[in-house]
Amino acid sequence: MKGSMKSLTGFKSILQNKKKLKRTPWKEVFIFLFPGFAGVCLFVLVPFGDVVRRSFSTAVTGEWSGLSNYKMILNNQAFLLAAKNTLRFMGICLPLLIAVSLFLAYELSKSRYMKLLKSLYLLPMAIPAAAVVLVWKLLFDRQGILNALWEPFLSEPVDYMGTNAAFWVLVISYIWKNLGYTVILWLAGIMGISEGIIDAAKVDGAGERTCFFRIILPNLKPTLYTITVLSFLNSFKVFREAYLVAGAYPHESMYLLQHLFNNWFLNLDMDKMAAAAVLTAGVMLVFILILQALWDRKDV
Amino acid sequence: MHKKQDLAWQRAQKRARLKKKTGNLIVSGILFLTAFLISMPLILLICGSLKGTDELKSALGPVLSDMDAMVEFKLFPKYPTLRHWIELLFDKPEYYVVFINSLKIVAGTLLGQMIIGVPSAWAFARFSFPGRKLLFTVYISLMMMPFSVTMLSNYLVLKDLSLLDNLWGIILPGVFSTFPVFIMYRGFCGIPKELLEAAKVDGAGEFQVFFHIGLPLGSAGIGSALVLGFLEYFSLIEQPLAFLKDRSLWPLSLYLPQIGLSDAGFAFAASVMGLIPAVFVFLLGQDYLEKGIIATGMKE
Repeated sequence: MKGSMKSLTGFKSILQNKKKLKRTPWKEVFIFLFPGFAGVCLFVLVPFGDVVRRSFSTAVTGEWSGLSNYKMILNNQAFLLAAKNTLRFMGICLPLLIAVSLFLAYELSKSRYMKLLKSLYLLPMAIPAAAVVLVWKLLFDRQGILNALWEPFLSEPVDYMGTNAAFWVLVISYIWKNLGYTVILWLAGIMGISEGIIDAAKVDGAGERTCFFRIILPNLKPTLYTITVLSFLNSFKVFREAYLVAGAYPHESMYLLQHLFNNWFLNLDMDKMAAAAVLTAGVMLVFILILQALWDRKDV
Repeated sequence: MHKKQDLAWQRAQKRARLKKKTGNLIVSGILFLTAFLISMPLILLICGSLKGTDELKSALGPVLSDMDAMVEFKLFPKYPTLRHWIELLFDKPEYYVVFINSLKIVAGTLLGQMIIGVPSAWAFARFSFPGRKLLFTVYISLMMMPFSVTMLSNYLVLKDLSLLDNLWGIILPGVFSTFPVFIMYRGFCGIPKELLEAAKVDGAGEFQVFFHIGLPLGSAGIGSALVLGFLEYFSLIEQPLAFLKDRSLWPLSLYLPQIGLSDAGFAFAASVMGLIPAVFVFLLGQDYLEKGIIATGMKE
């Protein structure tokens, strides 16, 4: 039961199963794997090595400059603001998305309309960011639809894109886009719990609430891990909506790391970009490896 | 005496059932309301595309100019018209150009991912060779990196290959993306080992096993990768924004946001048209999509 689901990075035990397999001859490995691996090297690994080198050199002359690029970005106001906003965004969005989607998935698992509702929830995933920009602009304009709807209740219209409310617009568009697939993942987790256990608990007099907190929730731990990782990764994509609605320099409450990278790129600030890319990659890698280690320890 | 008790018990049962029924009704209400709110942007777009130019102008006036009034955006058009659709289909040749650019990017990327990614996924799922685990960890870490991190390295390699301002510069890095490899790997892992061993005992070589058993039985994983890939590459924004300066190469996702509200009717119709292919793929491949989402998270 408990180990029936493995997460994204908890692949250790999957790999162990394969140890029994006989060694595949190099010729076959080469034919199947080499074209892909060569491409990955050419397009990602080798140029990223170059970026690492650049992060330790001056932009113009290419001389070794030690950690000076790193010092520069860590003292850069825009970088600090963007990093703070990105962390704040994740700190608010992830718990919110996870809680809301768990509630919806749990109720959906008992609903007769599961299939229909699931499709509707998932729909935003298919809608390109560019196609809804128009709606976002209309909704959140100072004289837009939302303010028109609230008008009778508010004395002043809210300037959604020009104040701190901009941050919340970002949160809403992230939840809108990502609710569906998170619900799907929760649902898969909930459906994977054998009904026998729940029925047995009910026979023993456990109520709905006890069942949820004592049986369903503990069994969803692996799903929670997966959802956290995936939602974290997808949270970077919110830049699409943010950029299309508010441009390269939005209100400072929604100025994310992605905006900063983009603007540095346009200004050809290669040294800053290189250092920031290496730093971000390092933080991501540590995050991924920690989660993976936690996972493997619990699971094996 | 007994009868009285029975009656009381029955009444209590009835009350409990009623309470549960109202509870269910409220929950269903919340579920449907959420679904309605989620589909709202789509409904707004479709209705907007059917409105007449004058109606849109007067409704959107406050957003367009700095008038001190609120938009009056009625959901349903007063006089539905297909004018904007006809304009879109017959009077806007540039729309076809961007549309076809988008399709070229999607088709090229997905085709390449099939040729390069499917054998890679098979190798990771079925072969045994030293360094396999390390390599797979590299692939997984790469698939988790946001575009901001790889932007500079991507740019450097495209510059060296003179692929900037070229659709291949968008397609090729996508071909070697490790995400579809991971999804298809999950699909191939689900094939029973006995089947493959039986085929080998009967004298089938690696290639025969791959083509005659692997591809047909792993088709669900391949389908998932295709659907997820279509949705991703059809709404690609960051890469073309950074690497395509030539506007005649722009995909739909960069063209749409810059139409502007002054041509609102056309903007609505163009947006709806722009999401039709994605929604079409979504509806056709929803099962694959769900399987793909679940596969990102779980084993078997």
